[in-house]
Order: sequence, then C-alpha cells, then structure tokens
Amino acid sequence: MVKTPAPTASGTDPAPPGTVMLSAAGIEKSFGPVRALQGVQLELRAGEVTALMGENGAGKSTLLKILTGDLQPDAGTLTSAGTEVRFTDPRQSRLAGLRVIAQEPEVLLHVSVAENIYVGAIGRQGLMFNRAALLARADTDLRRYGFEKVIRPETLGSALSPAQRQIVEIMRALVDNPSVICFDEPTSSLGDEEVVILFKLIRQLRDEGVAIGYVSHRMHEIFQLSDNITVLRDGKFVGTKTTADTNHDDLVRMMVGRDLSQFFHRDPVIPGATVLELRGVSNAHVTDIHLEVKAGEVVGVSGLVGAGRSELMKTIVGDLRIDSGELLMGGTAVSFRAPADAIAAGIGFAPEERKAEALLLKRSVRDNVALARLRSLSRWIFVRAADEKALAAEYVARLGIRTPSSEQLVGNLSGGNQQKVVLARWLATHPRLLVLDEPTRGVDVGAKSEIYAIIDELAQAGVAVLVVSSELPEVIGLSDRIYVMAGGRITGELARDHVTEEQILALAMDESAADPDLTISPS
Amino acid sequence: MPTTQSTATLRSQPPIETGARPGVFRRVLEVVGVQNISLLMAIALVVAVIGSQNPLFFTVGNLRVIGTAIAISGLLAVVQTIVIIMGALDISVGSIAGLTSVSSAMIFTATGPFLGVVGAVGIGMLCGLLNGCIIVFGRVNPVIATLATLAAYKGVAQLISDGRAQGYTGADGFFVFLARGTLLGVPTLIWVLVIIAVLAHVLLRYTSVGRNIYAVGGNDIASRLAGININRYIIGVYVATGAVAAIAGVLITARTGSGQPVSGSEGLELEAITAAALGGAALKGGKGTIAGTILAVILLGILTNGMTLLGVNSFWQNVAKGALLIVAVVIQQLRSGERRIGLPG
Repeated sequence: MVKTPAPTASGTDPAPPGTVMLSAAGIEKSFGPVRALQGVQLELRAGEVTALMGENGAGKSTLLKILTGDLQPDAGTLTSAGTEVRFTDPRQSRLAGLRVIAQEPEVLLHVSVAENIYVGAIGRQGLMFNRAALLARADTDLRRYGFEKVIRPETLGSALSPAQRQIVEIMRALVDNPSVICFDEPTSSLGDEEVVILFKLIRQLRDEGVAIGYVSHRMHEIFQLSDNITVLRDGKFVGTKTTADTNHDDLVRMMVGRDLSQFFHRDPVIPGATVLELRGVSNAHVTDIHLEVKAGEVVGVSGLVGAGRSELMKTIVGDLRIDSGELLMGGTAVSFRAPADAIAAGIGFAPEERKAEALLLKRSVRDNVALARLRSLSRWIFVRAADEKALAAEYVARLGIRTPSSEQLVGNLSGGNQQKVVLARWLATHPRLLVLDEPTRGVDVGAKSEIYAIIDELAQAGVAVLVVSSELPEVIGLSDRIYVMAGGRITGELARDHVTEEQILALAMDESAADPDLTISPS
Repeated sequence: MPTTQSTATLRSQPPIETGARPGVFRRVLEVVGVQNISLLMAIALVVAVIGSQNPLFFTVGNLRVIGTAIAISGLLAVVQTIVIIMGALDISVGSIAGLTSVSSAMIFTATGPFLGVVGAVGIGMLCGLLNGCIIVFGRVNPVIATLATLAAYKGVAQLISDGRAQGYTGADGFFVFLARGTLLGVPTLIWVLVIIAVLAHVLLRYTSVGRNIYAVGGNDIASRLAGININRYIIGVYVATGAVAAIAGVLITARTGSGQPVSGSEGLELEAITAAALGGAALKGGKGTIAGTILAVILLGILTNGMTLLGVNSFWQNVAKGALLIVAVVIQQLRSGERRIGLPG
C-alpha cells in the first residue's frame, strides 16, 4: 500500500498574522453600459477573517471573480503577498495560493467523495490508482478537519446533500494549502449543525495563518466570525470596519442605505378554516406526519438539513407519492398523482433549488410568471398575448421585481428577483395554500424583507402559507406556529409566543426520532 | 437600482408601463431574430455568388427545382426542430418515411389514393407512438430509442416490400398532383412544406402547447412542478413527428412513382438534424425556431443546387455542407456567451 502523506495546512512558513496576503485597490469593471465595480478596495490579512457584505448585485461575486482571475478588471491593481499580480486564468490564482469556495459547488455524481476531493490530483501507482489509499487519505483529511461524522469518503457524489457538497468543495481547496481562502455564502445551504462545524474549521484555518475572505448575508455569522467587515453597495466601496467597532444596524445602513428596523412585521390574523391537513402520512422519506395549516396562517417547518423537510413539502405538492395516511384539502381527502393535481387543488410550490427546479433560465420573466396558469390565459390552446403581458406586468409591479422589462431572460436577474419571479408564478394561480421551501436562500437583505412582506400580506388575505427555513430567526419571526422535524418525523410543534432558538434546536436534534429503530415503544 | 425601492406591497402600485416603443430596426430584429439575420445574410451571399456565375440560377424553373428538392427534407427538419426544442431527438424519421412510402403505395394499389395517404399517416403515428412509449415507459434515452427503431422500421419496410419498390402511383391523378402539380403557380410540394411549417410555427409561438414544449426542453423538473404532464408532451410530439414523417413518405412515393422502402429516405434524418442545428436549435433543448430551421433548409437547398449548376462534384458538395454547419455552429457558440467548459451544449 502506498503511503500518501496527508497535506499539511501550512506547507511553507506561514506569514506573520496581520500581513496583507491579497489586496485589491481601485478596481473598476463594466459589463457593457453597466458599471459593476467602481473604485473597490479589499484587503485580506493572514490570520484574520474579513467579511465582505452587500446586497445581491452589490458586486461581491464580480469582485471574487476578479480576485481569482475569472474576470479581468478594467482598472485597478491586485497585490499578492507584496507583489502586483495579474491573473488571466483561475489556475494562476490557485498557484499564487488563492482558493474560492463556490456557493453551489459542482460535484462529480458517479464517483466517491474521496475521488471528488482529490479530482485532478489523484495519486497514482504506476498507471493504476490505489483506491484504498485514496479512501484512507480522504478519511485522514476529513478527520483532521472534523468532518468525519458528516461525510464518508466512499459515499457517491450523487448521494450528497448541499451541505456535504460544500464540505467536499472545502476539502478540495485545502489540498493545495492555500494562503488565502474566500468563502462565497458557504452557509446558505447548511443546517445549523454543519454551520458550527464550518465555523470551527474556519477558525482553525485562521489560527494557522490563512487569510480568510467571507461573503455572507447572515449578520449574526459575520459578528461571530469576522475580524473586519468590508461593505459594498451598488458596485461601490462603502467602507471597512473593525467588527468590534460596529453593530447590526450600522451595517444594514451601510449596505442598503436605509434602516430596516422592522425586519419581520407579521400581523397575525385569527386563522380561518383548515386548508391542509395531513393525517399520519408516510412514505420512503417521511414517517407518520400529522400537520395542519389554516387559512391566514403562516406555519414554519424547521429542522436540520436531511430532516426530511423538503421531502415533506414535495409529498404535499404531489411530487412524491404517499404510501399511507391521508392528505386533506379543505376537509376532503385527496390523492395527488402528480404536481398538476395539487395545483388544480389550489397549491403553489416554490422549491428549494430555484434554478434547477423552478425557473426556465433561458425564457423571459413573462414566460416564467405565466407558466403555471397558461391554460387559463389561453383560448383553446392559443395564449392570449395581451392578457399574458398584463399578468406579467402586474406581478412585476406588485412584487417589485427589478427587471428592465418582462421580456428580460430570467437567467439575467439576481437571486432575489429570480425568487420573486417564482413567487409571482404561484401568486398568479391564486393558491389557497402556498408551500415555500427556503424562500430567502441566497437572497439579499432588501429582497428578503420584501419577501417577508409578501408572505405577511398573503396571510392577511387568507392564504395558508407553509414555510421551510434553515434560518432560525426567520422561522421564529415569520411563523404563527412551527413544526420541527428530525429523521423524517415531526418531533414537536411550537406556538408563536415564547419560542426560542434553543427549543427548536433541541427538537431538531431529537436523537430518538433520528433513528427510529432505537425508540423502544411509541407512546 | 436596488437602493431606492420601497418594500413591496401587494395592493398599491399600478402595473408598470413597458416604456417607449423600440425603434423600427429593433422591432424587425426582434421579429426575425439575430440568429436568422445571419442566415439571411448567408443566403444573400450564396445567391449573389452563384447568380453572378450562372444566370440560370434565377430562372423560375430553377427556383421550382430548389423548392421541390427541399420540400421533403424540410418537412422532417421542421418536426425535428420541435423534438429538439423539447430536449429530445428523433433519428428514426427517415426510416418512418421509408416505411410509410412503401405502405402508402401498397395500400394505394389495394384500395385507392385516399386510404393510401390516410393509412400511411396512421402507420407513421403508430411508429411515433412506439418511439414515445419506449422513451417514456421504458425510460430509454431518446437517441438510443430512435436509433433502435431507425433500424427496426427500416427492416419492417424491407420485409413488407421484400426490399423492392412497390406499386405504381405515376398514373394516379392525386399522386401526380402531389409530385408535379401546382397551385397558384407554386408546386404542391412547396405548399405542403409551407402549411406544415406555418402550423408548427404557430404551435410553438402562440399556443400553450408550444410554450410547454419549450418549458419541458428548458427544465423538465420545473415543468413537472408547474403542472405540465411531461410524458403526454413527449408522446404527443413523437406521434406528431411520425405523422409528418409519413407525409414525407407519401411525397417520396409521389415523386418517384412507387413506394421506396429505403432508397428515397435513407439519410434524411441527418439532413433534418443538420438543418435544425444550422437554424439555431440547441440539442440541450429549450431553444430553437421554425423560422431559423426553414432558412437553414433554404440555405442548404440553394447551396446544393448552386454547386450543381456550377459543376462542383457531389463529393465536394458534401464537404461544403459539413463545413458550413461547423462554421455556423462555431459562430453561434462563440456568440452565446456560455462558459467554455466541458462538453458544449
């Protein structure tokens, strides 16, 4: 068996803490007439975590792409470890010790985690590669960074959750011993348990002298993790602050140029009749689910990644079959053979994976908004173009979708506006029940509060809303009631008043539910 | 810009006016499409070059020759475009045309022209139905499924005809009208292509069915979650493809005067895919237009005709067509702005 040396986190002598490892100054970048970046600066120092904040469209991703050499700046300089550099290709920045952890990592589906981690750098023994050695090496590396309980080296890429994909991506970066690592919204697909592990890892890397860049929308993470915060707004540099010298409201003002004092404004109404009821629903993914959503109610579903939340939503909307138990809409038992049946029964569904499961990226906003109710916009099979146009224009205005026109391709919009297009599609069907799976994932602060306002208004208008969210403050702020899931079961139901994050987490990590074989007898 | 908006409200704010009307040039461009402008330019260039070399090119007689020559492959290109937009492929169209050519002639001989045509179309639809069912219920990749039926349908055509041309339709008024007749001075063959192309264009552009075909090709998961019955669309499109392939088969019979199991139809599927790709349809699905495909069919038609007029031998003609397709697709890809990574769509 070949011995593959485990990579060390700092192959060469680490730079003393505080040394500027990578800096950008006066960066300008335009795409046609759009000025994406104007005079932006950023410094990443060894042994420090620098947060990069800003709304979607503020230019964070563009700046990261310029750092890696994926894009070339129109003006400005990049300096790596004291010398001016010019990266024309991401490979060059990798050689210079910079790695960016992508927000939605690409994973090879049909090979193992170990092969995914070392892809492009798999050790060989002659012409053959030694799988056992590779698995052992992956195991060592995963243990080294504390991921051994979260992900196994032999698991196939296709079986990985978004959180586990993120971990694979991080492990890939660590193989090169980079001196600078940038994380692009790493926690947007992680549950709270994984976030804890990730933070531990980031702190470990920081202490080893790596310069960390950290892009995130989540305020509390930034305060937990960062030493400095750089804020961008509309492609302009707003300022850099020491984390200890700033606070939440301060940052929000810097980011959006306005005060978001009332982030969640939920005005609970007295709930009406029960719209959706599940009685003991089970299938391959969820077990014995009892659940109820009334008209005018916002019901949250919380739980860790892998708890079966998304699967439960897909079961409700007819995408997954029910094996046993009953689903009732408005008091009558129904059986959905496909999502089309659920839509006909008045259910709208915004799935977790917006781009992969909801949007036609190469079609217009108009097309995307009209998709679920084309039939009602048509005379026989002919789409009434004027009605369709009016519908799109109406929802673009009502939801504040920022697009040059409703003929714009959805793929060209920012994440928040794409999410609003998905919402518009379902609002246009006038649903009785709206199922939203992570409606604010990857959405900037401004669009988030707009989405919260939309949800609130829908509830006011008597729509029953079921929301899955991994962000505890969001679930608590938004919901009238909260169901907590673990291991495919509902482990608890909490009323709006007096809910704490601790209560939810305790239910979400309910060990007995996570492994039903261990429960001695159901009470 | 993102900083100035207020929180969204569901009741306030009147619908946004879509702004000033775009200029005439932009509206023309929108209707025709950028893709099609370059095809039109290519056609103009080819016409100019060939016309300047050989004035015979512009005679009415020659234009009719071009029109009738492209009609059959044009029909198949039109339906292939729909299949490609849906994200699939139908390689069996040539074999279906061959099978229906033979069977239309045989049914004609036994009964008459009406049943000959109806029977052929019915057989074509059955072939398409089988393709769709293999794909949907057998979960077989469309390329593999129709590659298999390409061979199988050809075999059936040879079996029922014993590998020989069948029947004689050259004396029948209806078949003669199809092959050589004219309506308002335009050959019947061209009328058939025009009618099918217009139907397909209207279907794709103005109906919910067409829009759902684009949706299925663009994102099948999203389509299902939006309530589209994907299986029904796949089977429906293959059945329609079979029907149009059968019409092409009848036209082959009409033009040659007898049912041809293989010789009139072999290789037509590749011509159809070539035209669709040249016309801007993306094999990944979700993109393509009938207008683009028709322009591509015309371009390929005049190129073949022109080179024949100029005395270019047919081996070189094949090389030229291949080169044209590569150049066109490379230009499209470089302009598309897609990331240049991995296998291109």
